[in-house]
Amino acid sequence: MIPAIMDEAWRILTFQAGFNSAVVVAGTAALGLAGGTVGTFLLLRRRALVSDALSHATLPGIAIAFLIGAALGLPGRSLPLLLAGAVASGVLGLLTIQALVRHTRLTEDAAIGAVLSVFFGLGIVLLSLIQNLELGGQAGLKTFILGQTAAMAQGEAVGIGLLAAAAAAAVALLFKELRVLAFDPGFAAVQGWPVARLDLLLMGLAALVTVIGLQTVGLILVVALLIVPPAAARFWTDRLSTLTVVAALIGALSGWLGATLSALLPKLPAGAVIVLVAGAIFLVSFLFAPARGLVAVALRQARLRLDFAERRALSVLLGGGSVKGMLGAWLGLRGFVRTGTLTERGREAARAAERNRRLWDRFLTDYPTLIPAHVNWGVDPIDDVLPVDMVRMLEERGAS
Amino acid sequence: MQYLWRTPGSRTTPEEASPISPSPLVIRDLTVAYHRKPVLWNVDYVAPPGGLIAVVGPNGAGKSTLIKACLGLVPKVSGSVEAFGRPIDKQRRLIGYVPQRESVDWDFPVSALDVVAMGRYGKIGWFRPVSRAHKEAALHALERVGMADFAKRQIGQLSGGQQQRVFLARALAQEAQLYFMDEPFAGVDAATERAVLHVLRDLDAAGRTVICVHHDLQTVADYFDHVLLMNTRVVAHGTVSRTLTPELLARTYGGQPVPFTEAAR
Repeated sequence: MIPAIMDEAWRILTFQAGFNSAVVVAGTAALGLAGGTVGTFLLLRRRALVSDALSHATLPGIAIAFLIGAALGLPGRSLPLLLAGAVASGVLGLLTIQALVRHTRLTEDAAIGAVLSVFFGLGIVLLSLIQNLELGGQAGLKTFILGQTAAMAQGEAVGIGLLAAAAAAAVALLFKELRVLAFDPGFAAVQGWPVARLDLLLMGLAALVTVIGLQTVGLILVVALLIVPPAAARFWTDRLSTLTVVAALIGALSGWLGATLSALLPKLPAGAVIVLVAGAIFLVSFLFAPARGLVAVALRQARLRLDFAERRALSVLLGGGSVKGMLGAWLGLRGFVRTGTLTERGREAARAAERNRRLWDRFLTDYPTLIPAHVNWGVDPIDDVLPVDMVRMLEERGAS
Repeated sequence: MQYLWRTPGSRTTPEEASPISPSPLVIRDLTVAYHRKPVLWNVDYVAPPGGLIAVVGPNGAGKSTLIKACLGLVPKVSGSVEAFGRPIDKQRRLIGYVPQRESVDWDFPVSALDVVAMGRYGKIGWFRPVSRAHKEAALHALERVGMADFAKRQIGQLSGGQQQRVFLARALAQEAQLYFMDEPFAGVDAATERAVLHVLRDLDAAGRTVICVHHDLQTVADYFDHVLLMNTRVVAHGTVSRTLTPELLARTYGGQPVPFTEAAR
């Protein structure tokens, strides 16, 4: 049983499980890639929740478009019509938020909350009405809420791939413009960049990702594809270009693994599975990323505390005192102490630590204004931080 | 010549009254309000060509708002702003800007050099990436504020003063004619204060005009040539020696104790 599933998983992951599943997996990966790319700038521009409101606001549009299609006598459900409806009401939701923020004293989060819930509520009511009407094809409408990868047809997957590529290309082309927009919109405006229109474009890209993700991930969770990959990527890097690429990769990986998993477990909603994969990558990044991860930061803190404790203990020992307990054992392990007294190595280390402390002290007294320029002053060995002649000068002064 | 009209009570030195070339900055009848409450009231001002101009006034006097309104960052209720004889939004290439340090997120994933290079974006234009020549110009601007060693560092790892210098370098990279600076001396260390002052004097020597919100009355006379005293409206403006008088300061600060005397105790 288990080997059979593993085997199946391997074949889907490597696009060997038949054309249809390969198409779905590739399409979902493309969606994740676009989500990570566009989402990086949404997150930095602090527009992540606006895009959540946008996706929830698509539901009434989908329902109304379905009703229009039925009234016009279109056979079954017409996907382009439904997506057009989704865009229309999503954009209407965005404009409502903007109007509320601009013309009332409501803050943006209140406006987002109000618009998101009211539009979604309206959508749910319309969906219930449609179900009571007993028109054909309404069963598929619910997939827009929670998503279903299996529903993706070949043409749709190709469409998703093209649109995702377009979104990623737009970000690449406007990389510099989006960077200054997200970092300092006031400065961008002074320089003459059309800030309002760039913002509109960014929201347009978010709307694009949302709409192409509606069927696969569903409108409740599609925002996760915009937020989670860049949030996870932020733990790995301090460079915007790297951040964008890593976010795109995490998004694509989530889509790829998530679509595979949901093909193996067809009863689970695909959107939730994809988002959980992204969430798992976020968790790993948050804990273990070397740059900003929790473990790395905690280790650096612990290391710093141990360094200081060790220096203090060495200076106590050098002064003829004794060090007991864990710290004593640690110094023994380091080879600094044997049977309660300093070894030759320990004596050397203690003298070096003493000198380092004395010289940093001198520096702090003589050049207090230079301190902020040295980020790790006082912690790192002074010879590694300050120029040689400066250290020599401090040494001479310390001796006099 | 409507802009030569002054609000009652404002004082003008004669040499400013008839600018020979178009003034770097002409503000006419500027009023700005937040939710119907005026923050700037009928501001008229003609900046002298070249020179360092301090905008001075009590907290809440609308000093930052004046700069932002000039730059089009806050909506005007009425009035117009011209730079070098044309509406200011047609002169973007000639304008440099140093916003308050607190106005951005310093955890943003960019290096000091990336931020300074943003000063070049206006010259680079749409879609094109930052070329090597523009990066070198940015690095040169960082050198001028003594920050070349920190070019590669993420901006969140810089001290407050260093961040201020990065903003200053970004404005230098703009190679503008008219600079607006919002409290560049606020809360900085001594090294940064020297660097900012050095840059101001360089810009002055090169014939640029700098309009600078400044909060420290003690140093106005040392750092600036001209001063614009304001408290919602313009109280007075002119050379430092003629304008920074106890009488005009008392009128600027109204009933409040003048920080000048307090600081000089």
